[in-house]
Amino acid sequence: MPNDSTNINNKANLQNTYDAIVVGSGISGGWAAKELCEKGLKTLVLERGRNVVHPKDYTGTLLNPWELKHHNQLTQENKKESPVQSKCYAYNEVSKHFFVSDEDNPYTQVKPFDWIRGYHVGGRSLTWGRQCYRWSDIDFEANARDGHGVDWPIRYKDIAPWYDYVEPFVGISGSLEGLPQLPDGKFQPPMEMNCLEKHVAERINKGFADGRKMIIGRTANHTARVGDRGPCQYRNRCHEGCPYAGYFSSNSATLPAAMKTGNMTLRPFSIVMEVIYDKENQRAKGIRILDAETLKTEEYFARIIFLNASTLGTAHILLNSVSDAFPNGLGNGSEQVGHNLMDHHYGVGASGSYDGFQDQYYYGRRPNGIYIPRFRNISEKTKRNDYVRGFGYQGGASRGRQWTADGVGTELKDQLLEPGNWGMGIGSWGEHLPYYENKASLNKEKKDKWGLPTLDIDCEFKDNEMAMRKDMMESAAEMLEKAGLRNVKTYDSKPAPGFCIHEMGTARMGRDPKTSVLNGNNQMHEVKNVFITDGACMASSACQNPSITYMALTARAADYAVRELKKGNV
Amino acid sequence: MNRRDALSRVALILGGTVAGAHVFLEGCQPGDKKTSAATTFTEKDTAYLDEIADTIIPTTDTPGAKAAGVGAFMTVMVNDCYDENDQKIFHEGMKLLNDAGKKKFGKSFMEIDPSARKELLTEIDKEAKEYMANKKQDEPRHYFRMMKELTLLGYFTSEIGATQALRYMAVPGKYEGCIPYKKGDRAWAT
Repeated sequence: MPNDSTNINNKANLQNTYDAIVVGSGISGGWAAKELCEKGLKTLVLERGRNVVHPKDYTGTLLNPWELKHHNQLTQENKKESPVQSKCYAYNEVSKHFFVSDEDNPYTQVKPFDWIRGYHVGGRSLTWGRQCYRWSDIDFEANARDGHGVDWPIRYKDIAPWYDYVEPFVGISGSLEGLPQLPDGKFQPPMEMNCLEKHVAERINKGFADGRKMIIGRTANHTARVGDRGPCQYRNRCHEGCPYAGYFSSNSATLPAAMKTGNMTLRPFSIVMEVIYDKENQRAKGIRILDAETLKTEEYFARIIFLNASTLGTAHILLNSVSDAFPNGLGNGSEQVGHNLMDHHYGVGASGSYDGFQDQYYYGRRPNGIYIPRFRNISEKTKRNDYVRGFGYQGGASRGRQWTADGVGTELKDQLLEPGNWGMGIGSWGEHLPYYENKASLNKEKKDKWGLPTLDIDCEFKDNEMAMRKDMMESAAEMLEKAGLRNVKTYDSKPAPGFCIHEMGTARMGRDPKTSVLNGNNQMHEVKNVFITDGACMASSACQNPSITYMALTARAADYAVRELKKGNV
Repeated sequence: MNRRDALSRVALILGGTVAGAHVFLEGCQPGDKKTSAATTFTEKDTAYLDEIADTIIPTTDTPGAKAAGVGAFMTVMVNDCYDENDQKIFHEGMKLLNDAGKKKFGKSFMEIDPSARKELLTEIDKEAKEYMANKKQDEPRHYFRMMKELTLLGYFTSEIGATQALRYMAVPGKYEGCIPYKKGDRAWAT
């Protein structure tokens, strides 16, 4: 009966129609959901993986080491099933359920690229490193100044109020320093440095004419309560999920806030196949998904769409959304989608030991370290001739143990019961320039188990990064030596791109639709009701950990999108 | 730099103490070698490993490695976390250790008294140290290095080792960067 089925279809469409759809529930998707819901939009949040409910699904995090079969060590099976994920520092016997199975989620490394992923509600906001550093105009003006990439369409003044807006809700502890290259924010009280860190900080702060400084890390671990969340209990088991909500995650913070409005529908097991484009209205009209449980295809419709599927996930969706109007992928007239892929290059630095402070120790496991903000190429005086941009350091000091002590028996045991000497290590995070040829593209020959094309990832660090790395290593040793550490040793573990888990740039913002995908409001130049506010939007990578910037950009874009919606412009 | 150094440094760089002691457990680092399900341990093996472990970490004013169940822990770790090659070396090592005891004292390891066991393992520990210092990077580790590592890991992450021998706070609740320490105070387990 044609009439009946038409009715059913209309009804289904109506039931499947929302004001907004957010794709992805990670750190930026959670913010998009919260902001859109709080502004009154009926919002559907699509997540490709299972649900993870705070705190009940943080299984295992309250177990003691001896209650875990392998005392938190990895098995051969873990490594075999997930050779990439299991290399991640945050992957352990408890947290492994927050990482994908590499076997089930293939991609092709045209060049070595470690793609660390978490496909579940909350995404990598559960396992992230939590460091939060604002960008400054040194970062937003960088592309314009040295000609790499395209100019950011925004400056610090555009984003500053949005950092102000998101930070108190995130709950970031940190110190106010007044540094031009690392603007202060709305912080909770800072965590404390330990004795050796205080000593090294004093030496570094006095020892260099370029104004470099060592400060305590700015982290989304809460030193004070944020509503009903926290404070941090100093267990340092964050990446297993925190039953105390001691750090910010989508699961503990933004998604509950969105849920509280009554406007959010969260749909796990929803693998996005494509954005459906309406050529006539030049708008996206919805999203087509594959239900991972029923294996049925469903369509959902909305007036605005936020893509927050992560840098590579969002690129995948855009490239897979082909139509007459966009044969190369949605909003990809610029041919920039998937290109300009960046990460940070890191895993290089120095460490040393210290003889003093034998009468000092610490209490608690601080889930945070120290930070040395960028000090190169931030002024005429600090300009380098061998590379552009810069780097920062993270690190920390602690008292070791005599794990390699000789012998057996009582003497060995006694030695191992006491803390050993103090040691400190600092490692550097450097900026990766946007190169068009660093890219992710669809491989239509190699399908995943859902029948969707997989990604070919072709990304590398180049001369600028390599020249910078040399300085990153040498400066680390120089600072530790100046601070009086002994046996200072440098290291470079040369991780592949991707391993820093700061992927960015595959749908960049810019002023010109010919050379960029998004405008200054994270709105697609070519599809006005689609917004992208995950790492894909970034026009450069700076050297700071990027999540807080995604959060600020998301809140800003949501505000703009809803204003435009009310004006009838989208 | 070897992987162990890299991991220790990662621990430092992350600015926190690492739960468990995986920084020194080389046998459980990522690799793509195959796992074998064919290796097995008997109850006798576990008892033997318990005695080896207890010689490395004996009972003092706190219980030792045997009381902490380290023998059984070693078997789990070798079976699940070691690759085939390391499993083989470990199993052969159990035999080599016993043979060394027979040669020195004319009796099996289980039959000699604690002081003879200690004397024997002190010698083998020296041999292992020398071997490890001179081996090429891709040559296998010494079996006694494996046993010692697993003993230290298993003991100090056991309930006895963490809470009685060391100090353990599951939920510290606060952080203090500088607190007084006097010689003899126990280290934090995690």
